[in-house]
Formats: sequence, C-alpha cells, structure tokens
Amino acid sequence: MMNGLWKLTWVELKVFMREPMGSVFTFLMPAVLFVFVGRALRNASTEEFDMTDWVNTSLPVTLTILIAINGVTSLTTIISIYREGGILKRLKATPLRPHTILTAHVLVKLFITAVNMATLIFVGRSFLGVGVQGSLPSFLLAATISTVSILSLGFVIASFVPTARFAQLITGLCLYPLIGVSGLFTPVDSFPIGLKAIALVSPLTHAVSLTNGMWEGDSWANYVPELFALSVTFAICMALSSKMFRWE
Amino acid sequence: MTNSNIIEVEGLTKRYGRLTAVDGVSFSVRAGEIFGLIGPNGAGKTTSMECVEGIRKPDGGRVRVLGMDPYAQSATLRDRIGVQLQDAQLQKRIKVWEAVDLMASLYSKPVDTAALLEQLGLAGKLNDRFMNLSGGQKQRLFIALALINDPEVVFLDELTTGLDPQARRAIWELVEGIKQRGKTVFLTTHLMEEAERLCDRVAIIEHGNVIAADTPAALVREHCPEVSVSISCDDAFDADEIKRAIPNIEVEVERDKLMLKGVGEDFVTSVIRYLAQHDFHFRDLHTHRPNLEDVFLKFTGHTVRE
Repeated sequence: MMNGLWKLTWVELKVFMREPMGSVFTFLMPAVLFVFVGRALRNASTEEFDMTDWVNTSLPVTLTILIAINGVTSLTTIISIYREGGILKRLKATPLRPHTILTAHVLVKLFITAVNMATLIFVGRSFLGVGVQGSLPSFLLAATISTVSILSLGFVIASFVPTARFAQLITGLCLYPLIGVSGLFTPVDSFPIGLKAIALVSPLTHAVSLTNGMWEGDSWANYVPELFALSVTFAICMALSSKMFRWE
Repeated sequence: MTNSNIIEVEGLTKRYGRLTAVDGVSFSVRAGEIFGLIGPNGAGKTTSMECVEGIRKPDGGRVRVLGMDPYAQSATLRDRIGVQLQDAQLQKRIKVWEAVDLMASLYSKPVDTAALLEQLGLAGKLNDRFMNLSGGQKQRLFIALALINDPEVVFLDELTTGLDPQARRAIWELVEGIKQRGKTVFLTTHLMEEAERLCDRVAIIEHGNVIAADTPAALVREHCPEVSVSISCDDAFDADEIKRAIPNIEVEVERDKLMLKGVGEDFVTSVIRYLAQHDFHFRDLHTHRPNLEDVFLKFTGHTVRE
C-alpha cells in the first residue's frame, strides 16, 4: 500500500532542495527572524514595557507555529502545481495511491521542520541565550505533534485545490485568522464567546498551548485536552482528504 | 469477440455534467496489433482511452482489458499495462534517472532500465532535469516510463502532437519497435499520416461515436475507392473517346489540365495504356490515391484538423 513511499519521499526532497530561492528562504528565515526580532525586542525593552519573557518563550513558540504554517502553504502549493500540471494524473496511472503521495510530501515537510527546529534551538542558544526551559525531547515531541496536526489541514486543502494561486489564497484565508485567535498574541480567555469557540476548535490554539507548555517545562498530564484536540483534528482531516482527493 | 482480443469495449459512455463526451463507443483491440483511435480534437479519443486505462470511471457500457474491468481491478491491471498520457508532466526538477528509478520501483517486474533508456536514446540524458528536456526527449521519456513494467498493452495518447517532423519519425520507429517486441499498442492520434503509417487497424471517432473501423487500406478501398490521374498536356483531347475506351471513367477538362477519375486497381494502368496507344504527349502526370484523410472527410464533411 505504501509501495514506493521512501523512494518518492527522497525524490521529492531532492526536487524541493533544487528550488534555490525556496529552500534557502525556508531554511534560513525562521532562524534569522528569531535572532533579529529577539534582539530588537530586547533592546527596545524598558522597565514598564519588558519583552524579555516574550522573547524567551512566546517568540520560539510563534516561530514553531509559523514553520508549520509555512509547511502547509508549501504543501498545498506543490500539490496544486502537480495537479495543474498533470503530474498527479501521470502518477494516477501508476500503482501509487493518493495517500502515499501526500505522505511523501508530509515526510519532506517534517524533515524540513526538524532542520528548522534544530537551527532555531541552535541560534537561540548561541545568539540570544534563549533555550528550552523544560526538556528538549518533550518540546520537540510537542512541536512534531503540533506540526503533523496543522499539516493535516493542508492535506484537506491540497486534496482539491485546482491551481497554485487558489491554494495560496485559500491557505492564507484559512490559517492567518486562526493565528490571530491562537492565543499567541492575546490570551484565549480574553476573547468574546464567538471567537473563543473558533479558537477552541482550531488546532493552532492547541498547538500553541502544548508547545508553550513543553517549552516552559510543564507536565504532559496538564495537556490531555490539547493532545486530544490535535489528534481529532488529524483524524478528521485524514478522513476528509481521502474523500475529497482529486487527481486532476 | 474472441479470446485473442486484448481490449474489448462495448457501448462505452462517459458524460461530464451535461456534455456526453463518449456516446456508446464499441471497438476491440487484438493481441499484437497497433490499434488507432483516430479523430479530431474533442471527438472523445482521450476520454475513451482513459476509461480503458482505468483512470476514469465510465458512466455506461462494458470495458475489458486482459479480461479485467479496468476501473474495478485497476490495482491488478496497472502492473500489466503501460500508459503515456496526453499533456502529462513530471516534476520540473526531477532528473531522468530519478523518474525512471522511482517508476521502476513501483512495479513487480521492471525491465532493465539502462537498456531501455539506451534504446530510447536517453542514455546521455540521465542527469538532465525534466524541465530541460526537449519535446521529443520528454515524449521518449514518457515512452520509457510506459514500458518500464514490461507491459502487455501500451497506451499512447497523442504521442507526437507538438513534435517536429524529424522527432515524429523517430518516435514512429520506436512505436514499431514496441510492436515487434510482441506487445499490443493502443494509440490515439489526429494525424492521419501517423495512423496510416503505424496502425494495423483504426476506428474513426467523431462526436463521441465510432463511425467506421477496419484496416486503413480496407477503409480507403471501401469508402474512397476513386483513384484520380491528372495530366497536363498541350494536345487536344477527345473526352468521348476515352470514355468509350475505359468504362466508368469520369473526365474533367480544365484549360490545359485533364482530370481522370475511376475505380479499381487497374484504373491507372488502363489510363497509361490508353495514353501510350494514342501517342499522347503530356508534360506532367500525377496520380492520387485517397488516404485516411479522404475517408475522414467523406464521413464527416470536414478535414480532421478543422
């Protein structure tokens, strides 16, 4: 069933890396943002307006979420280009199945995320003196679970979008508002009831809460609802994308 | 229908919304032959072929490929058929060897890929990216991918569209090579020259219907039997006399040009014999035998490219 998965994943990774602008941007952007934004906010901090805590915790969490969202945009764009260009149709005539193709792309995104996270942690330590306050493996596991759940939103969008432009538009429309209500900038508890409801069903909110908790060294036992919500999102999106997948 | 039929299609119907793209098409493809589905763009060739390949679900009719229902049993069938799709692409930055290696890994009995690429003239292009290949090279790569699983049937959809004449001829030789290796080839084309050169049998399709099916020669013989001879001459010509000498001849005189039309294998011979016997001096003589293009024109009232 997953015949050809590893070979396809390896080929897709190489093909992705051959896009010079895209890969440089993908790999350097989060680390560069971390250092520059972190330093700028620290230098701007005063006694009344202290951003140090935000830099030490929320900034790495924000970047983790942005890396995942970047993965979603990239996933939906690439699959829609494949659909538009007849590449998916050519693959349909082979024994490859839709989920093998999507899984290969998700594995590529997870690899890129892993490299991004490693760079993030390295530059945080070296240039900002910011590091994981709890256990590093716990944080990385939380980041992986969050990324997979957020990427599954991309599965659904990638399953049907006919063109790359439409893919970017719809990905932006779906995800950017969710960043706003994810609790990254304003605590979810301060939202009016309507926004709060959206925040509670959005995987971004739970991803923020979980990665934030693990960064700060909190216990997994306090994050059962988040883990549940992220898993449910993943399961629903997998089922939806199976039903909605279009080869052309 | 006999067991030597590799493909059997009966009453195939496919609709896209309110448009009926294929409307009750029937034909069969025999083992070891090159069979062509020919007709203008939009006639339903590609849709019919994709239903036979199992990548599109028919709305009606019965399709069998190697005795299997191609849509329901696509997983089993895919291992035994080779497919080249119209307008298909690969990843822009995938290298030739990577595409071949990936596809080969998906099948149960892949061929020797190095030998295959050598035969298709791609051995020197292994490290080239797909986006940098010429149109002819891309098509040769798609042929390679269609042959990679050593298939029993090969599907080629508008294989030479957009290629220059030289690349087209090279591809024709490759297709003849596929047949010589004992495989059955099912192709579509809107080029009548291509169909006449390659196909053992053809079916003409228009507006989603098969309107005739046979060998190209038999179609021409049956539907356009008329052979014409045109002669440029200065001598005076007696139309009535030649009409008496050659039965059923049609004569048209246009200034210094003479057009003679008739039916039968001996027609040209009898015209030339007549000209020699009457010591007739001519500057130029052309014969025209009708071809598939003429058959198509007769059936549809327009040429295939209109």
